[in-house]
Amino acid sequence: MFAVLIDQFWSLTIAGVALGFIYVLISLGYTMVYGVLRMINFANSEIFMWGTFGTIITSRDIFHYTQTSEPARGFKLALVLLSSLLMSMLVAGLTAVFVEFVAYRRLRAKGTNRLATLISAIGISIVLSEVMRLLTASRPVGAPRVLEKIILTEIWGANIRLDTIITIIAAAIIFFILERFVKLSRMGKAIRAVSMNEDAAKLMGVNLNRVIATTFLVGGLATGAASFFYVTVFEYTKFNIGFTMGMAAFTAAVLGGIGNIRGAFYGGLTLGLLEVYASAVLGTQWKAVTVFIVLVLVLLFKPNGLFGEAVQTTRA
Amino acid sequence: MKMRNYWNLRDWGAGIWERANRPKRVAIAITTIFLVALLPFAGASFLATPIAAYDAVLVYPVGVFILMALGLNIVVGKSGMLDLGYVAFFAIGAYTMALMGTHTGLNTWEIMPFGIAFAMLAGVLLGLPTLRLRGDYLAIVTLGFGEIVRLVVLNSTWSKGPNGIANIPMPPDIGPLKFKLDDQKVFFWVVVIMILLTIWMIRRLSVRRPGRAWEAIRQDEDAAELMGIPTLKYKIWSFTLGAAVGGAAGVLFASKNLFIAPEMFTLNVSILILACVVFGGIGNIWGVVLGAAILGYLPERIRFISDARLLVFGLVLVTVMNFRPDGLLPRKKREKAIVKKEVNA
Repeated sequence: MFAVLIDQFWSLTIAGVALGFIYVLISLGYTMVYGVLRMINFANSEIFMWGTFGTIITSRDIFHYTQTSEPARGFKLALVLLSSLLMSMLVAGLTAVFVEFVAYRRLRAKGTNRLATLISAIGISIVLSEVMRLLTASRPVGAPRVLEKIILTEIWGANIRLDTIITIIAAAIIFFILERFVKLSRMGKAIRAVSMNEDAAKLMGVNLNRVIATTFLVGGLATGAASFFYVTVFEYTKFNIGFTMGMAAFTAAVLGGIGNIRGAFYGGLTLGLLEVYASAVLGTQWKAVTVFIVLVLVLLFKPNGLFGEAVQTTRA
Repeated sequence: MKMRNYWNLRDWGAGIWERANRPKRVAIAITTIFLVALLPFAGASFLATPIAAYDAVLVYPVGVFILMALGLNIVVGKSGMLDLGYVAFFAIGAYTMALMGTHTGLNTWEIMPFGIAFAMLAGVLLGLPTLRLRGDYLAIVTLGFGEIVRLVVLNSTWSKGPNGIANIPMPPDIGPLKFKLDDQKVFFWVVVIMILLTIWMIRRLSVRRPGRAWEAIRQDEDAAELMGIPTLKYKIWSFTLGAAVGGAAGVLFASKNLFIAPEMFTLNVSILILACVVFGGIGNIWGVVLGAAILGYLPERIRFISDARLLVFGLVLVTVMNFRPDGLLPRKKREKAIVKKEVNA
């Protein structure tokens, strides 16, 4: 049972870290919004799904790559990958702002109960996924092969593939930039101020609506980056992929302590590794069960997640 | 003279009820029940559903949804805990019926207590460790529980995995009333009776100690604890009673559908039931009934635009929540006022 795990420990670990970084970026979409609004951004999974189509449209319709065409090399490769990444981030970011505008803004102004907002967000996520289902006629969409998945090198018997390496490095960079943005920039300070105390921030002259829209945008950008890496690694997308990925990423956010950006980082990586190890030991079908049982256990002993709600504790 | 607010259906309905004396109330109740019982005969009117059989639609989704929404309302509406895994109890009830119905000679009514008991047991087992959590953490843990139940029946051999269980027996006839596949009037009447029993139970509990304890917990859990209410105990009770109703709905559903499979118990069902509760008016029994009736019926009624019906469903959710955030028939203002504070806290 554990033989597989010991046998392929390093290749599993690398796959787990790559998956983990995708989770880290999606869970930023949950954690940022939760930190500011204290609400689950239920539509984030569909924002992720829309983001994956950004990548596919760029490589298929703008650069005219097909599943059988020659993979790109050198400068062209970098250009296509970078513009796909930006396109995914743009699509997801705009979708997130749209979600905020349609499903959250009006209800927030009325100061209504949280559940109404939750249902409104659920409604908009049904709309997003249904629109995409109708557009793609319920069929999975294969991604053109832009990046040739060459094996770079071998470390401790594990193959290091180009796409995993790109995912790990680029995702780490994007996470770092976003984290710095929230820590250091003026807007980031405003975001943190709102998450600490909405009323006080308002009194200090923070434009609440703009800050919240920006929070959604930043969360969307991170989620969009995750969509790009997802398509690069798995090379396909479908209107319903959002659900599983969103669930896992949300679990990751809770695991690390929702509302806490660093927590999303550790939570995402933990979950990625956990999923990969669990599927190796118990079989893929028990992956989700293991993850949830671990989550319940963590919450039982550390009810605020592994790293706590950093923002929450500063609230009186 | 004050302008009458025609949108405020709740106060209008409550006003009639308050002003009526006892015989009048009995008359209103009996007439309503009688009219509802006649619903399956209205199949030829504008109510008819294209594609799906009208009387079957009245049982599932409409009737079963109302029953489940009432059960979930005990948890979400009365005591204010967000449960995103309610489908688990429905699934436990349904699988109890399926397994016991195919392996033992017991009939639906004899299995019903077992289904309810197993669902309640699951409620206690899940509630004991998790009900200390609050808000969104409780939501994710219950959501996880719902998925675990589905994945366990999907991946186990005793539940026949993804193939599901077929040949579940129908309920035995009650005198001249026969349960039939092509004519589900009797099923509908059974559901109506179960709904009435549930409503009766909730109304009785609401005015007694548990109801008041739930109300206190919902408004401010810490204050309730300080006032000497054993909050964990009442939260578990609320959770367990909700589970019992879900389990009963599951038993009936399995017996009506004759076939169940794990794909019928996805997270979407939990979300849909929660949507019924919030859409209709969280905490208000009649609001919940109305919400569940609309959300269960609407997708079937608009099947003629088959491909876009879920899209319309989503749009309806967003629009109604934006314009009536407290639901179609909101709960009384007195109960609502304090919840408002909680949002700012």
